[in-house]
Amino acid sequence: MTNWSVILNIAKTHLLTKMKSTVTASLGVTFGIGAYITLVSFMTGLNQMLDDLILNQTPHIHLYNEIEPSPKQPVNLYGDLEGAFNVVHSVKPKQSQRKIHNALPILDYLKKDPNVKGATPQLRIQIFYLSGSIELGGNLTGVDVMEEARISNFRDYIVSGSPEALRNLDSGILLGAGLAKKMSLGVGDRVQVSTVTGGIFPLKIVGIYQSGIADIDNIQSYANLNTVQRISGEAQNYITDINVKLNAISEAPAMAQRLEKQFGIRATDINTANAQFETGSDIRNLITYAVSITLLIVAGFGIYNILNMLIYEKMNDIAILKATGFSGRDVQLIFMSQAIIIGLIGGFLGLLIGFGLSVFIDQLPFNTEALPTITTFPVNMQFRYYVIGIVFALLSTFVAGYLPSNKAKKIDPVRIIRGT
Amino acid sequence: MMKYVLEARHIDKHFKKPVDFHVLKDISFTVRQGEFATVMGKSGSGKSTLLYILSTMDTDYTGELYLNGGLVTGKSHQILSRIRNEHIGFVFQFHYLLSEFSVLENVMLPGKKLGARTEEQIERDAREKLEMLNIGYLAEKRASRISGGEKQRVAIARALINNPTILMGDEPTGNLDSYNAENVLQIFTRLKEEQGLSLLVVTHDLDFAQRTDRIIEMEDGRIIKS
Ligand SMILES: Nc1ncnc2c1ncn2[C@@H]1O[C@H](COP(=O)(O)OP(=O)(O)O)[C@@H](O)[C@H]1O
Ligand SMILES: [Mg+2]
Repeated sequence: MTNWSVILNIAKTHLLTKMKSTVTASLGVTFGIGAYITLVSFMTGLNQMLDDLILNQTPHIHLYNEIEPSPKQPVNLYGDLEGAFNVVHSVKPKQSQRKIHNALPILDYLKKDPNVKGATPQLRIQIFYLSGSIELGGNLTGVDVMEEARISNFRDYIVSGSPEALRNLDSGILLGAGLAKKMSLGVGDRVQVSTVTGGIFPLKIVGIYQSGIADIDNIQSYANLNTVQRISGEAQNYITDINVKLNAISEAPAMAQRLEKQFGIRATDINTANAQFETGSDIRNLITYAVSITLLIVAGFGIYNILNMLIYEKMNDIAILKATGFSGRDVQLIFMSQAIIIGLIGGFLGLLIGFGLSVFIDQLPFNTEALPTITTFPVNMQFRYYVIGIVFALLSTFVAGYLPSNKAKKIDPVRIIRGT
Repeated sequence: MMKYVLEARHIDKHFKKPVDFHVLKDISFTVRQGEFATVMGKSGSGKSTLLYILSTMDTDYTGELYLNGGLVTGKSHQILSRIRNEHIGFVFQFHYLLSEFSVLENVMLPGKKLGARTEEQIERDAREKLEMLNIGYLAEKRASRISGGEKQRVAIARALINNPTILMGDEPTGNLDSYNAENVLQIFTRLKEEQGLSLLVVTHDLDFAQRTDRIIEMEDGRIIKS
């Protein structure tokens, strides 16, 4: 039978009479947990921002036709030369269109799939932007703008103007921010584009597109799909790319493989395309946990030391308690409670400080050209981290308290009372 | 049949370190209900060692120990703690109190550990014991702020809080001046007479011993007279 009120009362008295040590030990934990909360919130916020920056602009699955040489050259088909060592010079890509055959049926098929959140057709062409005597090379992508806005955060990257403005104006264009700057153009101005084949088309700027990646913003613009089809002189079913957004990103690789086989086109999935971003996130997470655990281990050693000292000082008390009927387990519980109390107080303070710092960082202005939608430092506040934090605190104090308290449990009262 | 509160049968103990030393040799004796017995003997004759065994704190011995007719030898530490808590009051030569607690809290602690009464009841009992020992006015003082004689009386009050079967003392007056020593002796006598308490007290004071029911004399780890 354990009488907790007595045990906690003794633990409390020890902690209160050793206020300095208690505060030092608790602050160690506070520091560790506070740092963990701040770091993890900031780091995962950063991760999420960078993921958003790259991944949200990348479709989960991208369908297109690759221009590439035939894997089987004609000579390989010639039976008489089978098994011979054939050398073919100047291999040229197979004569084929960039167009996806049966694009419209494929789109229909995809839209019916319950795993698919949305599929958008695109037509990507190379153009020149003309402004006075300036002629800039670049890309123009024809999109179903409302659908793009629905399945990706396309809207976030339109820094002035809106997707609706593009939808409402057939001859509208969302001009890349870098291009707009180079040509000193703004919303409402006109820009002329010419295709590789020579036709010149005037378009009205209804918005500025800024992805945050300069290389893209210097060449990329968006217009309505049928406008681009008209500019390039192609039919209504001429589509070069299909972007697919899934409900579950983890399905992407399997689905991409399936689509590749089924439709005989190239399908790249986001995981393959962006493996390096995962690595970046993993490393940032690793740093967060490494730093936090290091701080907690330091705090743990602090608690270990302080409890060891306390037990050394309290030898007589321990002997008396045991002589008057407290069991070794009771004595252990007294010192374990002290460790846990330190962990709880220090941990909760750490959570508070972590929360405060997170809120503070979240309000710090952070403006950068590259990230138009970000105005303050990114912070990802999740309840989960606070639970992990307090569990961390209790775990480290438990481990740090266990060894000294076990020593106290084993102290032989006779030896102390004898004074040897 | 006479009722024994304490019975030792053929208790032997060796210290193995630094060299093998046979410290207690075939100790057998009894303490009756309501008896006030003293243990005397030269320094080093094994009195303290014996008392630590009898109080169940030391379990490293051979032979049997009975308390209230029940065998104590071989019981687990957990059970022995409980037995000490409930049945044995112990007073040391150096009045060990928890210095950070008040006098009252010191006296109450074994009672709270036992958990047989409510906190209020334990406090009432503790104050009563302190009154009985004429130190009721010290209750709220810190244990570290009182004199040696007072501390020893607080230790006695603490030993009595659970109304033990037997009170043991290892030279409880050894560190007190003659006035305080006399005071403690009188308290013990009164406890025996008024409450029928059994006592087993180690002392060097022949005067003290002669005023008790019985003297057990030890020499070189043996009882030579009892
Ligand atoms: N832990 C120990 N290890 C070895 N010898 C001990 C130990 N404790 C006591 N002794 C020896 O045992 C003998 C009896 O000691 P003790 O019981 O304290 O005697 P007393 O209380 O009668 O003076 C002494 O000779 C002492 O030196
Ligand atoms: Mg002694």
